[in-house]
Amino acid sequence: MRRLSDRVLKVRSKNAGPFWVTIDVFCGTSDVFEQVRLELRTEAVAALFQQPSQLIKRFDIADLNVIKFSFPRPVAQGARTDRDMHGAQWAILLAEFPLGS
Amino acid sequence: MFAIDATRTLDAAMPTRVLVPTGALGITFDRAALARGIAAEPDIIAVDGGSTDSGPFSLGSGTSKYSRAATKSEWRDLMLARAGAGVPLVIGTSGTCGTDATVDWMFEITRELASELGQRVKVARLYASQSPSRVAMALAAGRITPLSPAPEISAEALGAMSNIVALAGAEQVQAALATGADIVIAGRTTDTAIISALPLAHGEHAGAAWHGAKIGECGALCTTNPTGGVILLEFDREGFTVEPLVENASCTPHSVSAHMLYENSDPYILYEPGGHLDVTCARYDALDARRVRVTGSRWVPGRYTVKLEGATLVGYQTSILAVLRDPHYVAHAQKWAVELHAFLACQIAQRMGLGDDAYSLEFRLIGMNSALGDMENRRGEPVEVGILGLITARTAEMAEEIGKLINPYVLHHPLTKDEELPTFAFPYSPAQSERGPLYEFALNHVMELDHPMQVFRLEVCEIGHA
Repeated sequence: MRRLSDRVLKVRSKNAGPFWVTIDVFCGTSDVFEQVRLELRTEAVAALFQQPSQLIKRFDIADLNVIKFSFPRPVAQGARTDRDMHGAQWAILLAEFPLGS
Repeated sequence: MFAIDATRTLDAAMPTRVLVPTGALGITFDRAALARGIAAEPDIIAVDGGSTDSGPFSLGSGTSKYSRAATKSEWRDLMLARAGAGVPLVIGTSGTCGTDATVDWMFEITRELASELGQRVKVARLYASQSPSRVAMALAAGRITPLSPAPEISAEALGAMSNIVALAGAEQVQAALATGADIVIAGRTTDTAIISALPLAHGEHAGAAWHGAKIGECGALCTTNPTGGVILLEFDREGFTVEPLVENASCTPHSVSAHMLYENSDPYILYEPGGHLDVTCARYDALDARRVRVTGSRWVPGRYTVKLEGATLVGYQTSILAVLRDPHYVAHAQKWAVELHAFLACQIAQRMGLGDDAYSLEFRLIGMNSALGDMENRRGEPVEVGILGLITARTAEMAEEIGKLINPYVLHHPLTKDEELPTFAFPYSPAQSERGPLYEFALNHVMELDHPMQVFRLEVCEIGHA
């Protein structure tokens, strides 16, 4: 099974303020963008991050060949139970997501 | 709008140039590129001094994240550059968090430098700290609106916060510039306000002023060489142009437009005091191999609100670190940690009389799932597992006492009763370390104002040699 990171240029994540995290999938070309856009379902991304899918904001940005997901952090940045202060390792979960062939 | 330079305001043909030396003071910048920026005759030098990026400790404690030495050496170069260019120098969110205490910290550094460099400068300090009672009154008056997601707040919760700041926008920075200050040391501002303030005061295109400010606020992150630092933004009546000043760096329509994605939950909309920026219809054109021209951004005026940030002290921490290398323990690390935790809860209750509401103890298994917790979906066979114990209690003494109490068990806890007592690897002595106070972000709200300066304060003075 191929992973998302085998298909796209880069997957990155970062806090968007202390209460949100945002993940950018840089597809590189419009062909890859179109394929990934169709295959990568918001519900699957929500399940991966254990979030209700209605909380996921999704932007398919054709001009940049980027798919962006933003959602509230389950715990605020730096709170006692936070494990990743910058939210930057969250991207790896999505990068490793199995996606078609 | 403040009249900062009446002659400039009338001259629509002259663009407004903003030189941004770096995304944050304290992480260094390219001195040669700064010199090229000064040669380009900027109208202002604007640098960001902080953000919430590094977590709640800076705001909670009212201290800078960056070292005083790094800050002072970079500020020295910027003060020299400013004197050479004869234009204002403005720093936003001074001392990482932008509290009154860190504005004063930055002011003290500036005073020392003015004296050392033999400069006489007029300094405006813009204070942004908010008293809990003022915010509580605004809350009672229905002038505080929660953003999503927002912690619950009350007058009592506000009173418990160690620091609250309001994020100043362009108007407050303009007020500071209008004093004729050579240097503006601002408390918490939005990342963009220090860049947009002068172009807006000059009557440049409002959408372009905010969009360019967002593109430039992280310095060279909008270029193909993100570590390079210095960029120049040129604003006019229709748009803006962005240019990197470091050699081997360029701005491309992709590098510039992609920056709207960065640390932004919505790549098209950016809320600011008094309205929002909408870049849905923005056009990005390459002027040449280095520069990008942006037009079509829109500023949509709205209510005059300022965002609030607050941090609350929630306890004191002690941490403990042990490493399991024995393959049997590595294979059963999760079970070991769960059993150890239950055993320690009993010990802490028996010996210290503390219930689990008085403290918290958490073990994170480094090598297994310490970064992602329950979200982790990979299982491997690690060579070793780090056991990071985090103790949080009401006082530092209590956290340290728990650390000492659990220390021998973390070192020796056996998986079975009949085995010889194991001893794991402690990386140093003592294995427990005091982490000090733990703060949490406690506000994600906006406060409505009657006028921009209602909750901000300006102090102006001259310092240095006569």
